Amino acid sequence: MSEIAAAVKGNGKSLKELDRAVIRFAGDSGDGMQLTGEQFTTESAWAGNDVATLPNFPAEIRAPAGTLFGVSSFQLQFGSHRVYTPGDRLDCLVAMNPAALKVHLHDLKTGGLLIVNTPAFDKRNLDKAGYAANPLDAPALGERYRLHKVDMTGLTHEAIKDLPLNTKEKDRTKNFFALGLVSWIYTRPLEPTLEWIGKKFAKNKDVATANTRVLKAGHAYGETAEIFNEHYTVEAAEMVPGLYRAMTGNRALAWGILAAAQRSKVPVVYGAYPITPASDILHELALHKRFRVRTIQAEDEIAAVSAAIGASFGGAIGVTGSSGPGIALKAEAIGLAVMAELPLVVFDIQRGGPSTGLPTKTEQADLLQAVYGRNSESPVVVLAPATPGDCFYVAYEAVRIAAKYMVPVLVLSDGFLANGSEPWLIPEPETLPPIDVQFRTDADGFFPYLRDPATLARPWVRPGTPGLEHRIGGIEKQDVTGNISYDADNHDHMVRTRAEKVRRVAQEIAPTTIQGPGTGDVLVVGWGSTYGAITAAVERAQAAGRSVGSIHLRHLNPLPPDLGHILREYRRVLVPEINSGQLVRMLRAEYLVDAVGFNRVRGLPLASDEIHEAITQLLESQA
Amino acid sequence: MSAGGPGAKEAPKYTKKDFESDQDVRWCPGCGDYAILSAVQKTLPDLGVPKEDIVFVSGIGCSSRFPYYMNTYGFHTIHGRAPAIATGLKLARPELKVFVVTGDGDGLSIGGNHMLHVLRRNVSVTILLFNNRIYGLTKGQYSPTSELGKVTKSTPLGSADRPVNPLAFALGCGATFVARSVDRNIPHMEEMLRRAVRHKGAAFLEILQNCNVYNDLAWNVMYDKESRLAHELRLEPGKPLLFGPPDDRRAVIMDGVVPRVVRAADTPESALWVHDETNLNAAKLLADLFAPDFPVPIGVLAAIDAPVYEEIMLEQERRAISERGPGDIARLLTSGDTWKIS
Ligand code: SF4
Repeated sequence: MSEIAAAVKGNGKSLKELDRAVIRFAGDSGDGMQLTGEQFTTESAWAGNDVATLPNFPAEIRAPAGTLFGVSSFQLQFGSHRVYTPGDRLDCLVAMNPAALKVHLHDLKTGGLLIVNTPAFDKRNLDKAGYAANPLDAPALGERYRLHKVDMTGLTHEAIKDLPLNTKEKDRTKNFFALGLVSWIYTRPLEPTLEWIGKKFAKNKDVATANTRVLKAGHAYGETAEIFNEHYTVEAAEMVPGLYRAMTGNRALAWGILAAAQRSKVPVVYGAYPITPASDILHELALHKRFRVRTIQAEDEIAAVSAAIGASFGGAIGVTGSSGPGIALKAEAIGLAVMAELPLVVFDIQRGGPSTGLPTKTEQADLLQAVYGRNSESPVVVLAPATPGDCFYVAYEAVRIAAKYMVPVLVLSDGFLANGSEPWLIPEPETLPPIDVQFRTDADGFFPYLRDPATLARPWVRPGTPGLEHRIGGIEKQDVTGNISYDADNHDHMVRTRAEKVRRVAQEIAPTTIQGPGTGDVLVVGWGSTYGAITAAVERAQAAGRSVGSIHLRHLNPLPPDLGHILREYRRVLVPEINSGQLVRMLRAEYLVDAVGFNRVRGLPLASDEIHEAITQLLESQA
Repeated sequence: MSAGGPGAKEAPKYTKKDFESDQDVRWCPGCGDYAILSAVQKTLPDLGVPKEDIVFVSGIGCSSRFPYYMNTYGFHTIHGRAPAIATGLKLARPELKVFVVTGDGDGLSIGGNHMLHVLRRNVSVTILLFNNRIYGLTKGQYSPTSELGKVTKSTPLGSADRPVNPLAFALGCGATFVARSVDRNIPHMEEMLRRAVRHKGAAFLEILQNCNVYNDLAWNVMYDKESRLAHELRLEPGKPLLFGPPDDRRAVIMDGVVPRVVRAADTPESALWVHDETNLNAAKLLADLFAPDFPVPIGVLAAIDAPVYEEIMLEQERRAISERGPGDIARLLTSGDTWKIS
């Protein structure tokens, strides 16, 4: 995060070139920080930077104003090189009130830019944040950080004093002042935000005018006010050429399902019960009826998965989505899909737990639940996307595998991927692998549990097909005939067959990509949303000449066939996870390797710094 | 490839045999389920639906073994969830004729929530609830329809739970078709099945069923010849509520808002309560009538027209496609804010 300093003159203010920057907007839930962050992200993407974001908001819908737990924030990192994470330490913090300052200040680098909205630092807000005295008055703050006290509220009101809006409405536009100001500081284009305001408030001209004026006022303030004597540019990143869009994980999962529906020519039934942070998948899919995606807001989590299973029985692609608590409720029904050997896709957008836990925070602690969390021997395929955009491909792949192997596929996303966004290279849909669904229609020699020799899948028959009437269900069946069977040897055979069917999905797994040498001192193994943090940490260690490599697992059950070999090519194996050691446990059990975990369960993504530190320690411990 | 809906395809002339599967029936000898199975197999040929378009979905319990014995498509699922599974199936395949076979434990205890919602949504499924007032498959615990004080293995001193009335429950959920029949009244059962399968929307048919092993003669009021003669009230649209032996006919009348049993002979015609299947308020009062103080109504309590869930959902889809064309992922991916990097 070095500054490739090069002073350029402009308006008497120097323009410095940075290769990356980490910014956080923090304020009250009602201050519009999520919107501000999203717009800043769009501006940065327009500027050609690579971006990674981290929205962070309270679980309460209307948390009491001014309180510490009501603070909402949006962090992003943008850069002229690949940006893997939203960043660890902040280069710039915008604090709209005392509570935001108190919660977030410790993440700001020494010497970092601190911008505060002074009028919010009144007695009431200071009390609520637990400040005995105004921290802005303490000289230490200005010595440690580049502190800019800005009367955002006052300047906002001044800019729009002639508009027929009430005080509250005027107040609400001040986040655009902050956005305008920070946009000037980092030389972001305002066009995308101006366009957005125009569209969003097309029906309310006064609000549109107010937001536009306030945005420009913030920008102009940076340019003219004496206090900002330098600003920055971040060059466009060298990214793969093509058409890009911003993509969040939840939207990508939904669109992956749409792509699969179109490609397979099979309708989708998505059953879901509202739950944070998975509900947006339901909202998104409900918008796209034209893809023959039918959504049910079910009466509960069990009904949601049951409806999906009923749809699969009918020859549609049954999909359900939830978060950890909901997945627990769906467990028995997933077992039914295992037994009935029907395709089913289950999204688990993991959040902090157990129980209600931390609904709006991220975690990776449902891995063991996904792989093992049902009664008896009930293997399912488990996949995990690595980035928000990757969710698209993983959702599509989940449908492809489920239909090909007649098996449930669980997809482990999490709160960080769900709400985080990245600039995403839009794929050509034709380049996706085909999803070739063949419903059996031939009555000749038909049996419900007749198996495809390559996949062990049983035939998928749509009710309505003459001559193929048959009955399936949760009771153990005789292989081939599908008749109810309590026979001991048949049960043993079926347990093994269901396991083997899942094991054969390994045929679908591409050779594992190793970032770094094929052999060395430390191999970092990750899965899911830690991809960015791990990659950044490993690249840093490699740049320092360390013998370190990393692999990131998309397939968690079955594991890649070449994994055991790769693990043995390194002296030590480090497994960073946002849980207390779940993949590491699986790897140790499966491969008898002495892998060690790096585990933090704070409801937050892992920081690349701490992973780097863990790598260094492991290297030193074995030296 | 897509199957035609009921009526869309010409159904062959079936006999009862065509609906009998090759599986051995495994209910206890003498179980009331046999009569219900036979009645269903016998009435399906009249439906005029090709048998490949018929699906039986069930949960868990003695009744839920039903699909295995029908030579149609069938799905024996998990405890209580059949209504939810059937809802997904209907959304995927609205043209199929779907039955849900359930019991008092499956449908009103573990699956009570799903029963509520399939009824209020008015999904087109025919729900057959076999009510034997006991848990049979788990060997004789009291069920949510068992009477207060019921002595079973799990309630040696008598149950402390008040029972739920399935008909009142269904009506309370907003069901659009609610009926009751009795396993030992075969012609009536067949008539009710014919009515139920023709209903548009969710049809709820409670069948009083005998579990001769764990709760024998729980419905003796409807089995014993004399008792039945005294208590059976046949509901027929447009007909007054009259019951009882020919020499002692009784009528149910409304006294204000309270139903009352009176001697028919003493009641002027204008005071009689004439059954109207479209009157849901009356149906709710009827649902609560039971012996010994009242007659036991059998027949269709309520049948009304109401919007059907899967029809609304599919209409939304058809409209979206006809107005804006089928979905195109390539166009969706490039819609909205995009930017080019060269
Ligand atoms: S236990 Fe009762 S309900 Fe079950 S099959 Fe036997 S008699 Fe019928």
